[in-house]
Amino acid sequence: MSASIGRGLVLLSLLFASAGAVAAFAAFLKKRADLTTIAVRASYGFAASMFLANIWMVVGLLRNDFSISYVAQVGSIDLPVWVKIVSLWSSLEGSILFWGGVLAVYVAIATRAMTDAHGWARPAAIGVWLACATFFGFLIAGPAQPFGTVVDVPTDGPGPNPLLQNHVLMAIHPPFLYGGYVGMTIPFGLALAALMTGKLSPTLLGTIRTSLLAPWSFLTAAVVLGGWWAYEVLGWGGYWAWDPVENASLLPWLTATAALHSAILTERRGVLKGWTMSMVIASFLLTILGTFMTRSGIFNSVHSFTQSAIGPTILVFLGISTLVSVLLLGFRVDLLKPDAELDRGASRDTAFLAQNMLFVLFTFTVLIGTVFPLVVEAVRNVQMSVGRPYFDRMTVPIGAFLLFVLGVGPALPWGSSTTAELKRRLLPPLALASVFLAIALGTGVRSPWTLVTLFFAGYAAHVTLFEAFRPLRTRMKFRTDGFVKAFSQDLFGPGLRRFAAYVAHAGVVIAFIAIAVSSTNSTSMEHTLKQGESVTFGAYTLTFEGIENLEEPHRTSLIARIGVKKGDTVLEPLRPMMNQYRSQRESIGTPAVRTGLVEDLYLSAMNIDVNSGTVGLLIMVNPLVSWLWIATVIMTMGGLMALFSSRRGAQVVEAARDLQTEAAR
Amino acid sequence: MSSNDGKKRVALALGACAFAGTLLYFVVGGIGNNLVYYWGPTEVLAAGPKAKGASIRLGGLVEPGSIKQGQGSNMSFTVTDGKKSFPVRCTSVPPQMFREGIGVVVEGTVAPDGVFESHRLMVSHGNEYRAPDDPASIDLKKLMDSTDGMAGAEKK
Repeated sequence: MSASIGRGLVLLSLLFASAGAVAAFAAFLKKRADLTTIAVRASYGFAASMFLANIWMVVGLLRNDFSISYVAQVGSIDLPVWVKIVSLWSSLEGSILFWGGVLAVYVAIATRAMTDAHGWARPAAIGVWLACATFFGFLIAGPAQPFGTVVDVPTDGPGPNPLLQNHVLMAIHPPFLYGGYVGMTIPFGLALAALMTGKLSPTLLGTIRTSLLAPWSFLTAAVVLGGWWAYEVLGWGGYWAWDPVENASLLPWLTATAALHSAILTERRGVLKGWTMSMVIASFLLTILGTFMTRSGIFNSVHSFTQSAIGPTILVFLGISTLVSVLLLGFRVDLLKPDAELDRGASRDTAFLAQNMLFVLFTFTVLIGTVFPLVVEAVRNVQMSVGRPYFDRMTVPIGAFLLFVLGVGPALPWGSSTTAELKRRLLPPLALASVFLAIALGTGVRSPWTLVTLFFAGYAAHVTLFEAFRPLRTRMKFRTDGFVKAFSQDLFGPGLRRFAAYVAHAGVVIAFIAIAVSSTNSTSMEHTLKQGESVTFGAYTLTFEGIENLEEPHRTSLIARIGVKKGDTVLEPLRPMMNQYRSQRESIGTPAVRTGLVEDLYLSAMNIDVNSGTVGLLIMVNPLVSWLWIATVIMTMGGLMALFSSRRGAQVVEAARDLQTEAAR
Repeated sequence: MSSNDGKKRVALALGACAFAGTLLYFVVGGIGNNLVYYWGPTEVLAAGPKAKGASIRLGGLVEPGSIKQGQGSNMSFTVTDGKKSFPVRCTSVPPQMFREGIGVVVEGTVAPDGVFESHRLMVSHGNEYRAPDDPASIDLKKLMDSTDGMAGAEKK
């Protein structure tokens, strides 16, 4: 019974989505406003029924209703409530249902945001969104049906994958990732609508920017949360391994970041319209490629739940989306004529262009490295992977150049300028750059790329801070406003959007420093300790004090209690664990991390043997890792601030452009 | 379209091709030098001297009776795929599940003395793969897959 209610809701949403898509495209082609109204209603209908289907599944999970196939597959009575809720996305069918739920929220909000001011782009965009919704509705109703009826209802289920139960981050990472991945559907629809109507109005461009900022902010957090999860759960001591599933989350982030920046050029100068649309479209296509890679089982990971039938279906969807996008771009992009010529020479325009080139290069490098083993396996049936050195060697220089552009770009004026002006703007930041370099050399950093990165980071930090507070200083100087008044008026006025960008940049600079230092200056050793034995590692003395047992309903854990002394100071003991889940054959470790602003002490138990009383430890000291988490919070905040300023900002720029055009006449 | 526009387009296309070509050269070169081969003992033996120094993930079953504990965390054992076997020297602390007869994947390379030198030892994770009792029926691809993506990092 409960299963059929769920199936009914899914079918209803599929019906709404497909009918709405047809109505929307008909409205666009025949220019009929009455059909647009129908499409809008169908869009809300899809959103409501799909959202309810998700709620219904959560209810089923909480009630241990094993007559629903998905609950029987991942549910278990003994699970904590939070694990039951997050089980919604812990396996294939549920995760696709959750995708539909997130899409429902996005489509509802986006449909509401579209007004008559968007012209015929309104039904065109709604049509694309609902076409995507139709595909996912079909996926949920067919190959990935989570609401199957179970005939012999079991009394209990196995529970979700233990690796996913192992840390609370599992509750946070997937919703952020879906917020990013699924959200790319909205700007994709808008970009296709721009191509279909052959017109990119400032209103439409503003909506594209806003709709890009939301998933960008989520994806920024999600990419790093994935790394944080790996760091806190997997126990090899790092946060990024260039694993295909990690790359899958990074790829659309790269193109979306490129799109956000080229959109600024499009907005200010009326250039690169087709390019910006291409970046938006690429971001969406890469999310679908990422979904294919992670969900089809071609790469094995915690994300590929099982060899499933949805792989080919997603591949077909990816093929159709790509074909439609390429055809639309090919035939219609000429309609998006530039309003002006691009500026050349040392201007901010050039910096934006360089930034976009570097991001595309980055995307390309990672994409090739990720897809290459698949192609080789498909063609020659030989298993291999592309080693980490490839990714490191290729992306480190690109990243360093990006940081260089991030520093120099905002220091450059828009349009052409004199040599004296350039000197005045570009020379002062060298001071902080030198300071950063000196600190790095003083603290024993010797890796050349890390030194280069820190030098550029110092430069970028100077420019970012200077530029972020420039309007504020101007205000205080010329209007003689006090700091508080100037700050609040600037921040809550039209200045927010600009400020938000520099907040995001500040986050990027910190992230670069954290990544460069932590990846080249961490130290590690492996050691087996008997009970009572100590080992010294750097400034730390670690003593294996004993083994503790922890019994929980869903797992039993062996805990190695490790006494920690730094110099002569006794610190809290660390407890790396080895967990045996009730439903699993193998045990899974959980590392213990002592997080600090300067360095993390990272202990991972490779094995804990009760009989011989030994523990095999991986000991690591990782500098500055926590700054990567802090940087991500700052970047995400920057994105969200930009999101909230977006509307107002777009109007201001629009007004300014009108004035410029008038002045030119 | 004026001829000036046409010339510009040709120049742009040529520039783009040159850019893409250079890029492709570096990317393909970069990949070619950093491939990690997924091999069983048979493939490693077949590769002969080519295996020395190459990055290899060697998969197979730990041959019963072959585990020898050395100094500290040093250890040696033999990996077999039922047809051929290959000696392994390992410096990393073994994971909890490590024992005779289990499916393992070791990462490293063949040292000059002909022994596989591993800096990383993984046992198969997940529930889908179970090591067979008869080593000849081992499915190497599944074994490799089962250790992929879990901690897919090479140690520095």
